[in-house]
Amino acid sequence: MGREIIRGVNASASSRARCRWVAPALLPVINLALALLLSAVVVVLIGESPTRALWLLANGAVGNAEAVGYTLYYATNFVFTGLAVAVAFHGRLFNIGAEGQAYIGGLGVALLCLGAGGWPTALVVAAAVVLAAAGGTAWAFVPAWLQARRGSHVVITTIMFNFIASALMTHLLVNVLIKPGQQSPETREFDPNTWLPQLHDVARSLGWEIGRSPLNLSVLVALAAGAVVWIYLWHTRWGYELRALGHNETAAVYGGILPARTVIVAMSISGALAGLMSLNEVMGVQHRLLLNFPGGAGYVGIAVALMGRNHPLGIGLAAVLFGALYQGGSELSFDMPNLTRDMVVVIQGLIILVCGALEHALRGPLEAFVR
Amino acid sequence: MSETSLLVALLAAATARGAAPLVLAALGGLFAERSGIVDIGLEGKMLASAFGAAATAAVTGSAWAGLGAGVAASVLVSLVHGFACITHNGNQVVSGMALNITLSGLTAALGHAWFHEGGQTPLLGPGARFGPIDLPGAAALAGMPGVGTAYRELVSGHNLLVYLAAAFVPVVAWIVYRTRFGLRLRAVGESPDAVDTAGISVSATRYRALVMSGVLCGVSGAYLSIAHHASFIRDMSAGKGYLALAALIFGQWRPVPTLGACLLFAFADALQARLQGTPLPLVGVVPVQLIQAMPYILTVCLLAGFVGRAVAPRAIGIPYLKER
Repeated sequence: MGREIIRGVNASASSRARCRWVAPALLPVINLALALLLSAVVVVLIGESPTRALWLLANGAVGNAEAVGYTLYYATNFVFTGLAVAVAFHGRLFNIGAEGQAYIGGLGVALLCLGAGGWPTALVVAAAVVLAAAGGTAWAFVPAWLQARRGSHVVITTIMFNFIASALMTHLLVNVLIKPGQQSPETREFDPNTWLPQLHDVARSLGWEIGRSPLNLSVLVALAAGAVVWIYLWHTRWGYELRALGHNETAAVYGGILPARTVIVAMSISGALAGLMSLNEVMGVQHRLLLNFPGGAGYVGIAVALMGRNHPLGIGLAAVLFGALYQGGSELSFDMPNLTRDMVVVIQGLIILVCGALEHALRGPLEAFVR
Repeated sequence: MSETSLLVALLAAATARGAAPLVLAALGGLFAERSGIVDIGLEGKMLASAFGAAATAAVTGSAWAGLGAGVAASVLVSLVHGFACITHNGNQVVSGMALNITLSGLTAALGHAWFHEGGQTPLLGPGARFGPIDLPGAAALAGMPGVGTAYRELVSGHNLLVYLAAAFVPVVAWIVYRTRFGLRLRAVGESPDAVDTAGISVSATRYRALVMSGVLCGVSGAYLSIAHHASFIRDMSAGKGYLALAALIFGQWRPVPTLGACLLFAFADALQARLQGTPLPLVGVVPVQLIQAMPYILTVCLLAGFVGRAVAPRAIGIPYLKER
């Protein structure tokens, strides 16, 4: 301990300043490179060329305006779930339940849209934001309360709540909300006045032509959510309390912070963010409630939060990267039928492994190298 | 009367078949968690093994080679978990989640590319999988009412891995409570400093525990693809790894209660498959999904302390840093 202080004093100010930004900026790049390298091994095992696969993937993700639109549409989902996981991470809480929270958020949105046939669109959108967030919060609140008041570990309870959400929604879609006289378990299509406007329609009304894609106004909600999370974490008392709790619970309690209340507030906000993801899928694209519509976005959020180092700016960048992987991955499977979109899931898992679980293995040597 | 007894026997047999993979995976998780390593990677290990076993059995035509390959694949995944969590003090939950996601993608991607059947492996012939074994006397006792039916349906006629799962329960209990390794395993999960002070390597003990977890999850995964089914299907573990984890917690990290939890969860599933819309007295038709969600709801209630109290090993989830 003493030696480190002395070394810190001796180190020149410039090298310390460099250390502060180089590691956060460089680490995600190195992590991504490592994950891609490991994935390249898998591509070779499958018997395809990794360089050609990477080129096809990049081209499929950003090759034309339409592809960029799809990339940003996927990224919108991942901004919401990434922010959700990141908020919890700041309090050392691991919210694996973003998937289930998004699912229940979608239930709130769908119930509103089914009943809001004659409402003006602006009113529906405002109400949907509230209900999506409320649904997500409701599903995060129980694990949060159990963690805060009864000491049950939030990791296990949020996993369990994902399964419970899945069972609940299957029941509702198969037996209650299903459109009568139809085989597949989904609701009827919502009335058009409840659809979130697509961005290419909005742009056309302003005189611009952009490529057709599912990208819709929820992307603006995502940007706003990022800003709100930044303010919450670094410019409010609640955010300060959460970060203090995450750094050192003993010190936080000594400073007068109530851990239970802080945990419940943070997890509720986390759930609300996850719930907002349903705006994009349910209200913006599908215009109906589908079985399993989150499609794993909650788990992608873990990778996005880790890679974006739990900062809204980093999460935005990481979400676009994952959007590009998802969009590029589906294009890739057209050109290389041997490579399915499961490859993207592999890359996602490897990124969580190298960014999250192996972070100490890389950060130490890198910081020593930069210094 | 005989119809009822047959029904009960069939239900019990279905419970045994459903519980086998849960028991194997949960006992694997028991080793890891008792050593202080959170093991939410059970799901990923089962998938790795299910794929490795089915792919190898399809190529070689031997069930035993398949079992070996499945166990090897699962142990490898377990060692990656150890490398991240023990060698590099990584977050154990993040590592487990990463492995689950990676394996879910990897097994489907490799299966699709190697066998061209949409992520599935080819159907296995009789020699390439573990078929049902008729125990001696099943035919002789068939004539006896009650006992004969019970013996034929419940005790006899399962595949080898079901009997193996049953045998593992006392074996694991013996290892954990009656051997030197078991003592060190429990100590390292409760108080690693004390173990370290006694001159025993915390890392080595935890790595051994993870290898044991890999072996048991390997048998569990092989059960799915080359004993219960006859091929690998993408994401075929379908949450069984998490269910096994829930059973482990429900069983308070002890072998015999864990077996009980697995049997309870498997019984609920067997009952659900048989009831399917049949109205029950007093409550009417219970939604299938409610019965499916029951294990998870029960586990949450247990964790909350509403039914009993789950006390985890004290050092679980905390990386052991020697210099302090």
